[in-house]
Amino acid sequence: MSLLEIQNLVVEFQTASGPFRAVDGVSLKVDEGEVLAIVGESGSGKSVSMLAAMGLLPWTAKVTADKLLFNGRDLQAMSDRDRRKIIGKEISMIFQEPVASLNPCFTVGYQIEEVLRVHTDLDRKARWDRAIELFQLVGIPNPEERLGHYPHQMSGGQCQRVMIATALACNPKLLIADEPTTALDVTIQKQILDLLMKLQAEHGMGLIMITHDMGVVAETADRVIVQYKGRKIEEADVLSLFESPKSVYTKALLSALPENAVGGRLPTITEKLTDQQIFEGAVR
Amino acid sequence: MLRFILGRLAVLIPTFIGVSIIAFSFIRLLPGDPVMLMSGERVMSPERHAELMNQLGLDRPMYAQYLDYLGGLLTGDFGSSIVTKRPVLDDFMQLFPATLELSLCAIILAVCLGIPAGVLAAVKRGSWIDQTVMGAALVGYSMPIFWWGLLLIIFFSGYLGWTPVSGRISLMYFFPPVTGFMLIDSLLSGQAGAFKSAVSYLILPTIVLATIPLAVIARQTRSAMLEVLGEDYVRTARSKGLAPLRVVGVHALRNAMIPVITTIGLQVGVLLAGAILTETIFSWPGIGKWMVDSVFKRDYAVVQGGLMLIAGVIMLVNLIVDLLYGFINPRIRH
Repeated sequence: MSLLEIQNLVVEFQTASGPFRAVDGVSLKVDEGEVLAIVGESGSGKSVSMLAAMGLLPWTAKVTADKLLFNGRDLQAMSDRDRRKIIGKEISMIFQEPVASLNPCFTVGYQIEEVLRVHTDLDRKARWDRAIELFQLVGIPNPEERLGHYPHQMSGGQCQRVMIATALACNPKLLIADEPTTALDVTIQKQILDLLMKLQAEHGMGLIMITHDMGVVAETADRVIVQYKGRKIEEADVLSLFESPKSVYTKALLSALPENAVGGRLPTITEKLTDQQIFEGAVR
Repeated sequence: MLRFILGRLAVLIPTFIGVSIIAFSFIRLLPGDPVMLMSGERVMSPERHAELMNQLGLDRPMYAQYLDYLGGLLTGDFGSSIVTKRPVLDDFMQLFPATLELSLCAIILAVCLGIPAGVLAAVKRGSWIDQTVMGAALVGYSMPIFWWGLLLIIFFSGYLGWTPVSGRISLMYFFPPVTGFMLIDSLLSGQAGAFKSAVSYLILPTIVLATIPLAVIARQTRSAMLEVLGEDYVRTARSKGLAPLRVVGVHALRNAMIPVITTIGLQVGVLLAGAILTETIFSWPGIGKWMVDSVFKRDYAVVQGGLMLIAGVIMLVNLIVDLLYGFINPRIRH
């Protein structure tokens, strides 16, 4: 049984000019201990499909799927209350902008403790001890002191470590990382990726890595899904994808990497392919 | 924090001087002088007029009068009323509790209804609840206070007979003022029915005075909440599996309160200005009515002193708002 199984997910947003389909029939599976990367350009529906699975989309979104199962339980059939018992506890998510993702009015300690208060029976002292333990786990020095700090007193990298600590507070089975390194500078990106991979291996979690960075995919993923304009274009294990991409879009995507640039000009996808060619060449 | 408070206090000094110049000069721009108004319809000889002006010190050059006045202010002397001869500060301290009681009730009503209404409108954005709340807020904001007061008096006091028309408490009750707050004094008096009577006299003026602040607070809360509800940290709060009430009431509202607190502070000025009209309509014996009467009598000392004291109250409230702002928003505190 897969940890997360999604079949034919469709997400539509109601807009002033009619419904807009952001995700169009995406299917995926993630197993325990597996790292799945979802890669694609901006607007390819990678984040939206995961936010839909978490139930975090605004009310203007209409989510339908033939299957939306977590650990065998049907997320669509659940009441909101039952779903909230899973969200934050068994499935956690970290986001792209770590500083903006933490509430500026509360200390980081409060924000970690809050998850433990909602999902566990730990008393105040035990929650505090667990928060210290989590800070040590994600490599934040002086945890006792740092727990009393506000997000604006920390750097972007440290805020992302706080987000990871919060996400891991209840030992989730699945962690969804939505472009966790995009807003960070390169050296910090490497540290955060290494930390995520170390924690994933130690805890045996399923990890879904949403990214547009092929370098991150190569470094982290077991399996890769390539998305374009809300549709799945290709799914393959990481080695096959880099060695012998099947869809024309994936080939174009790989050839658009800056290291493949010829002369002073960076290659782009849109000047080579039309939408029709991309969708026709899709390998699902 | 101490530096922050001292910085805010330093800004008050030029504000205080500016207000004193405005208070001093504006009342003198009005045609007529207190001596002419004191004489009423009787004719006063130019010699007697000049003598009285001299006695009151009003024939001296403007700058000399101002410097005298400013010197007095610095020693806590706000002058004495030309009409009643009583010190301005004594009258103010006697009448201010009535205005403060009315204003406090009004701001409490405005905050207690305005914030939940704004939050509800934001959470149910685009629904009939949102449209009803915002429609009502627009009507409330646009309504002239004097007209709204008269409508309520006609309907609730005249037609239904539920509430009294004017005053602070029924003439049946009498007790010496202890705090100056009728609600508290009526309770302290131990007279049966006195508190109920004081409440019934307070209802309509409170509603009238609260209407505009209520509308402004509801609109500001809605727009602040709409902005905050779209923030990443609200999404994070929801991703933790928190109940919607906690996400909205703790994570979103705390951030949305930052601009709302500023608005509430600014509404205190509106309340004191509104109190002048409301007190006149309901014959509420507070500083609003006292100021209006003294403008008509060209009682320079009262108008100047009253304006300075009201400005002082507004400056104090704004200082408190600034401190609260620092308390709610840790980015300012640190």
